[in-house]
Amino acid sequence: MSTPLTSLDRPNSYIGRSVPRPNAKRLLAGRGRYVSDLKLPRMLHAAFLRSPHAHAKIVAIHADEARALEGVHLVATGTDLAGICAPWTGTLDHFKGMTSAPQLPLPLDRVVWAGQAVVAVVAESRAIAEDALELIEVDYADLPVVVDIDSAREVGGPLINPGSAHNTCFRSQLDSGSVDDAFAHAAHVVEEEFSFGRHTAVTLEPRAIVADYDPAAGMLTVHHGTQTPYQFQDLYSRHYGIPEARVRVIASDIGGSFGMKLHVYHEDMAVVGLSILLGRPVKYVADRMESFVSDIHARDHRVRARMALDAKGEILAMDVEDLTAIGAFSTYPRTSVVEGNQVIRLIGAPYRFKNYRATLEVIFQNKVQTSQYRAVGHPIACAVTERLVDMAASKIGLDPFAIRGQNVIPDDAYPQTSPTGYRFEALSHQACLKRLHEIMDYDGLRAEQAALRKRGVYRGIGIATFVEITNPSPAFYGVGGARISSQDGAILSLTPSGEVRCLISVTEQGQGTEAIISQIVADQLGIAQERVKVITGDTEVTPHGGATWACRGAGIGGETALQATRALKRNILEIAALILQEQPSALDIVDGEVVDAVTRKPRLPIAEIARIAYFRSDTLPPGTQAQLTVSHHFAPQGYPFAFTNGIQGCALEVDVETGLVKLLRHFIVEDCGRVINPMLVDEQLRGGIVQGLGAALFEECRYSDTGQLMNGSLADYLVPMPMEMPDIVIAHVETPTADTVLGAKGVGEAGTAAASACVLNAVNDALAPFDATINSIPITPAKVLKALKRF
Amino acid sequence: MKARAFSYFRATTIDQALDAHARAGDDARFIAGGQSLVPALSLRLQAPRLLIDITHIDELRGVRREGGHLRIGALTRHCEMLSEPLIAEFAPLLAAAAPFVAHPAIRNRGTFGGSVALADPASEFPAMTLALDAEIEIAGPSGRRRIKADDFFIDLFETALQPGELITAIHIPLFKADQRFAFDELARRRGDYALVGCGIMATLTGRRIDDVRISFFSVGNTPTRVKGAEATLIGSGLDAERIAAAQGALEGDLAPPESDEVPPAMRLHLARVLLGRLLGRLGEDA
Ligand SMILES: Cc1cc2nc3c(=O)[nH]c(=O)nc-3n(C[C@H](O)[C@H](O)[C@H](O)COP(=O)(O)OP(=O)(O)OC[C@H]3O[C@@H](n4cnc5c(N)ncnc54)[C@H](O)[C@@H]3O)c2cc1C
Repeated sequence: MSTPLTSLDRPNSYIGRSVPRPNAKRLLAGRGRYVSDLKLPRMLHAAFLRSPHAHAKIVAIHADEARALEGVHLVATGTDLAGICAPWTGTLDHFKGMTSAPQLPLPLDRVVWAGQAVVAVVAESRAIAEDALELIEVDYADLPVVVDIDSAREVGGPLINPGSAHNTCFRSQLDSGSVDDAFAHAAHVVEEEFSFGRHTAVTLEPRAIVADYDPAAGMLTVHHGTQTPYQFQDLYSRHYGIPEARVRVIASDIGGSFGMKLHVYHEDMAVVGLSILLGRPVKYVADRMESFVSDIHARDHRVRARMALDAKGEILAMDVEDLTAIGAFSTYPRTSVVEGNQVIRLIGAPYRFKNYRATLEVIFQNKVQTSQYRAVGHPIACAVTERLVDMAASKIGLDPFAIRGQNVIPDDAYPQTSPTGYRFEALSHQACLKRLHEIMDYDGLRAEQAALRKRGVYRGIGIATFVEITNPSPAFYGVGGARISSQDGAILSLTPSGEVRCLISVTEQGQGTEAIISQIVADQLGIAQERVKVITGDTEVTPHGGATWACRGAGIGGETALQATRALKRNILEIAALILQEQPSALDIVDGEVVDAVTRKPRLPIAEIARIAYFRSDTLPPGTQAQLTVSHHFAPQGYPFAFTNGIQGCALEVDVETGLVKLLRHFIVEDCGRVINPMLVDEQLRGGIVQGLGAALFEECRYSDTGQLMNGSLADYLVPMPMEMPDIVIAHVETPTADTVLGAKGVGEAGTAAASACVLNAVNDALAPFDATINSIPITPAKVLKALKRF
Repeated sequence: MKARAFSYFRATTIDQALDAHARAGDDARFIAGGQSLVPALSLRLQAPRLLIDITHIDELRGVRREGGHLRIGALTRHCEMLSEPLIAEFAPLLAAAAPFVAHPAIRNRGTFGGSVALADPASEFPAMTLALDAEIEIAGPSGRRRIKADDFFIDLFETALQPGELITAIHIPLFKADQRFAFDELARRRGDYALVGCGIMATLTGRRIDDVRISFFSVGNTPTRVKGAEATLIGSGLDAERIAAAQGALEGDLAPPESDEVPPAMRLHLARVLLGRLLGRLGEDA
């Protein structure tokens, strides 16, 4: 049976089509080019001695024996690098009043977390460098350690930054409507205190960098596993005083990033300095143990929140206090307060109520820094909101779908501004709720749950609506003074053979950026996707841009590619028109052929136009200069962010004797606007959900009272594994943004945003027959058994 | 992390291996599957001067019947526990435990002898040697000997094995028609070391238990037989009351260690739950 033709069946109509990623085969065949694998001539290897103390004075460093070891080229301490590297401070102007101490590659006189790099050794091999580390002795004098949120806030308690009067990094407050009044008159109030464990990204490939300073050319080349090569070009240039044009950052294949590789790390900055000091390439690849104590962590929030409702279940107000601890410094250049800021601004976002108050306090402590990691703030905001909604539903006797249906902003009520000031162009909560109800077979699940409960089997069903921030404008970082671009650039060339090369500033970390860009270019120009080569991640080659983070690759990078392609197409058709003696408007391009715009009859292959333009320009009319390379930049305008939305659902079973949770099935209905490649979008959702499920049940960086990370290895830090992951059912609603021609919004964080909230609700649903509730993530067997008073 | 430099010697006979160890003083390690030793070397938790590769010693290989015993060579790999017909027939408790040991890549290399020699209290096989009343066959500088599993595990990672001694094989009494076994563990993820795990071997007449050996792992410093619980079961049938009594006896049998993630009371609770479930299963089979 043949299905009817759709717009997808036009030749070269790639937008909306599941085409495989061109780089997938290369990576699967083991042909990836990761920085970890890179070997340069004369390359040396760095290793770092790390602090065993969470807070201590460095009294003396004894490194003579290490320096004398054969094969060791340099042993460097904080002082050595401070001489050539300007310090950095992780604050931004739009976070009014925030503070953080200046940072250097290696500390001068004090360590502030266990695992902080203290001394660098550069040697012929990593093994020799590690041998040398064993020969270094550091005398420390212990200082009082500040580990948990409460002791950090104690008046008169130990201080992390000697110059400061307290351990507070940042405070913020939001207040709109009349919150006290709403609570005073509410028929129902629900309230809970939530805690969210620290976790970390655990990328398959750890952080990796090869810095290669050439003193003869005054040129620094850094091969860096990062999402944001331009940001680092700027930073290396300014902190090491090398002109920007003489700094090249190359981000080749990256084994995962999830936001973790956006930030300045002390070791990475040090490696650049070590290469400058030695005039040789220096490589550093964090091993897994180092990753756990030096990669950014995320989350670590304690949120007290209450929600007021009227007798019918209409949400009237929310009142929220978020406390979050971020380590000893705020990260650079994006800070460590963005997560908290997004928590308090995203809470309640799907709903209609207008009375909202929130306070945020961001606190220093003696642990490694936290910062932006996939779905920054969303999982916390979502869990707090959605759990309170469920608590309210059960108090009032409403079904979870009913209370949400009643309170979400209706699909026909846009544009809307949230009580926290976020402007929503168009969201689709109602459509998503309806669709989720269908794909879950919600009524069937409830019936099964009831039947099983009679047999002592405790199933839980949970749902969670969410709003995701994507396509950020300069309002995100630029306004705060960060040199982080919100625009992207592309350079497109028609090659002499009639193929297209696209150099673009968005980067690829395995999510398929290069695939969707090639789809957009092929679609917009009218050629086969195989004839488009996309090149990313080299500041010497690709134009300056924001690169890939905060779900901006498709929405902003994609629109950049679309506009650039349209410009190239105009130029090609201009030349075609001259050759064919037609008006450009009478021509179009289909499948690599210039065709008659009306009859679609082929007139001339674009390869022929390229041949003539490049090799036989003498045959073109005098004065013609063919422009077969175009460049184009695009910065988002209109709404400061493109918000997306969706809803997730899950079914699980709690073993009430062991506290173990078995995930049975997960569902998501998601609206990311225009879907460019359904397969890639679905895999982004699946991957994101799995990361969220990891957070829900497994992942947590556990610290001792003395600030030691207790589970810093993959044997003890549990990441989600296939055996524990459920099938994930996906459906879409498409509400394109009108701010761009493409209409795409982001999707990379949607899965992570609500998965843990969904599980939290489902576990509480399963425990409903008992007098037991869970208010803490991850949901461990210990927490479940404690709630059930089993031990 | 990279291991410190070491020398490597490949032995092809037991004597060669023992000899090499003796000559290196205590500064040598036998390496079998390497699945525990290599991570320890990479983390520089251990840094011996010499590694003696024992994987080419034929005498340490193979599974065969010897009288009333099954002799399982020390080099028998975890994956062979799943594929070897003699194990399925005569030591089915080991076959039942094997899928819970790590993941396929590790089972392809890790060895039975290595697991028992290491005596990780969270490991499945060392505990099962207790339930099976196994004997460990040892070759050392002062000759060969055999020691009961009951006398082998002394303390955390400490066994009756003397420096320079090699486990050559493990002997398991053949599984008999009147015997039943059960195995399970509670773990947060499949393949992880368990929160608590247990294997049971019982000899029954009808539904009456004549003899039972119950061994737990992940409950303390060593794999642990729970003799108090065993005693409550001998001579009786597997009814709910007996099972509850055995569960109750665990409090005296086990003293789980402090742990930031699994408090002792929780581990004891989990041990009770697991024992109850396993005895329930034995009862259904009987
Ligand atoms: C990721 C991962 C997960 C794991 N999960 C589990 C699990 O769930 N359950 C589990 O039980 N194990 C697990 N293991 C450990 C694995 O089963 C090991 O293989 C086993 O513990 C040791 O066996 P081996 O042959 O690899 O020994 P090796 O690593 O080679 O040696 C271990 C120690 O035993 C000594 N040794 C080895 N053979 C002998 C011998 N014949 N005589 C005397 N001494 C000897 C060595 O000198 C060394 O000290 C895991 C390992 C990894 C890497």
